[in-house]
Amino acid sequence: MEAAMGLMRRIPPKHTDTALSALLSLLPHHSSDLLSQVDQPLQVLCDIESGKEFILCEYNRDADSYRSPWTNKYHPPLEDGALPSLELRKLEVEANDIFAIYRDQYYEGGISSVYMWEDDNEGFVACFLIKKDGSKTAQGRRGYLQEGAWDAIHVIEVGPEDEGMAQYRLTSTVMLSLTTDNESSGTFSLSGSIRRQMDMNLSVAEGHICNMGRMIEEMESKLRNSLDQVYFGKTKEMVCTLRPPAEIVMRLPDC
Amino acid sequence: MADVEEAELSDKQKKEIAKWFLLNSPAGEIQYVSKDVKAILNDEELYNEAASEAFPLYNKSQMICLEMPGRIGDVLVTSFGELKENEFLDLRTAQVAIVDHIKQVCTGLRPALDDELPSPYVEEFRCSLDAEILKYVGEAYPKGVCSVYCTKGKDVEGPGSDFDLVVVISAARLSPQNFCNGSWRSVWNIEFKDVEQILELRGKLQVGAHYFEEGNVQLDAKHECKDTTVFQSPDDCAITIASIIRHHETEYLASLEASYSNLPDTTFKDLRRKLPVTRTLFPWHNTLQFNLTRDLTKELGIGK
Repeated sequence: MEAAMGLMRRIPPKHTDTALSALLSLLPHHSSDLLSQVDQPLQVLCDIESGKEFILCEYNRDADSYRSPWTNKYHPPLEDGALPSLELRKLEVEANDIFAIYRDQYYEGGISSVYMWEDDNEGFVACFLIKKDGSKTAQGRRGYLQEGAWDAIHVIEVGPEDEGMAQYRLTSTVMLSLTTDNESSGTFSLSGSIRRQMDMNLSVAEGHICNMGRMIEEMESKLRNSLDQVYFGKTKEMVCTLRPPAEIVMRLPDC
Repeated sequence: MADVEEAELSDKQKKEIAKWFLLNSPAGEIQYVSKDVKAILNDEELYNEAASEAFPLYNKSQMICLEMPGRIGDVLVTSFGELKENEFLDLRTAQVAIVDHIKQVCTGLRPALDDELPSPYVEEFRCSLDAEILKYVGEAYPKGVCSVYCTKGKDVEGPGSDFDLVVVISAARLSPQNFCNGSWRSVWNIEFKDVEQILELRGKLQVGAHYFEEGNVQLDAKHECKDTTVFQSPDDCAITIASIIRHHETEYLASLEASYSNLPDTTFKDLRRKLPVTRTLFPWHNTLQFNLTRDLTKELGIGK
């Protein structure tokens, strides 16, 4: 299993799907571990009844069906599929509506879904997902990207309320890829994935959605900056080490 | 994400998967990948078969650079210099390196035979070009290795026939302790056209980088370019070719830098803005605004 995770860190991110299928077929006994630990790009189904799309993940799956956050029904239909409690479902509906607006403000398009379910500790778990296709043929407003995808998965474990406070643990994964392609500079492709965690103990005065939303917003901004500055920055540093720009050409001592 | 069937894969299928992982390793990481693949396969014989097929392909495509015994220099492992699966020609020293692909080392050396080398006429051009490229690479690449091969017409005796040379530049920077590896590969095909008295150059540049400290990010960039110049004496050809290559590669590096500086504010924005258009954080607590926007959202059909 360790070897499998090692491989996933080295294989180019754009081959994640192929790599995961390959590992699943080589290690069928580890399939549930692999599926829960390896991040894969998100897939989407259309909920015909509501006319909206929703995102698929392990958290809205039961057997081979997936539950739509818009209608609370399983696709394909499933008898006795797992459903959140009435109260939690109310929260889930509100979260989906608000998150859709947040998503539109930052992503200018894309698809979002929120799923909630009770956990064993009298708290609950919420999963916020966003999928954005930024390529110029899809929803890339400015037409820069030949290909571009941002997939975000935020899982928040919310502890039970205790004296007006609650414990929140957020685990976020962002997977992204972008490709620009033009005459003068050829194909330029960056892709990657990172995962981070954040723990907070907050007052529930303004409600769970407010708390969770703020945490996610902060985390997404941090991840965006990190990817841009640190991660992509390191690859740029590497290119300039391989072949320093003309202005800095000098003989480096032989190591 | 349906439940995976527990059907056993055939040995052939397992071998193909192992090869796929090996071939898709980033620059300089095949040895690490191979350890993981070996552990997962759990079948030494099958792994060895896969490795013996994958390593040569990987080494040639990555254009790895191996030290030749006797400190006479380095040899590049490329399809252009390949005489046999494990024999690679180094024209600068007129030696043939015997290579162990899986261990990625040069295990032996022998002098090149006359018929493995280009004719004296072609060699004059090749040698002058090699010297110029060596100078260029020494200046532009801190750790670059280069080679010039003849890919067509190596037995051409004198003027009256066409021949082709190829310039290969390979630079790799491996820093696994810093979780960062990268490689730059240039392949320049040069057609020496006798009748038209011109040289046609076609360059393919490929740059890759991998950073994997608590994450996994990779750069994959490619570019193709063309140029033409007149057929001159070997020395003059060499100087002109080297300066054309230097010009295009410098320009390419500049455009890579430009792509990077466009990222934060331009390119990335098509994926996710830094802030909403309002330039403030999202007002999570303002439910009144939500009710209004929710109605608007429904009316305008946004959020589909």
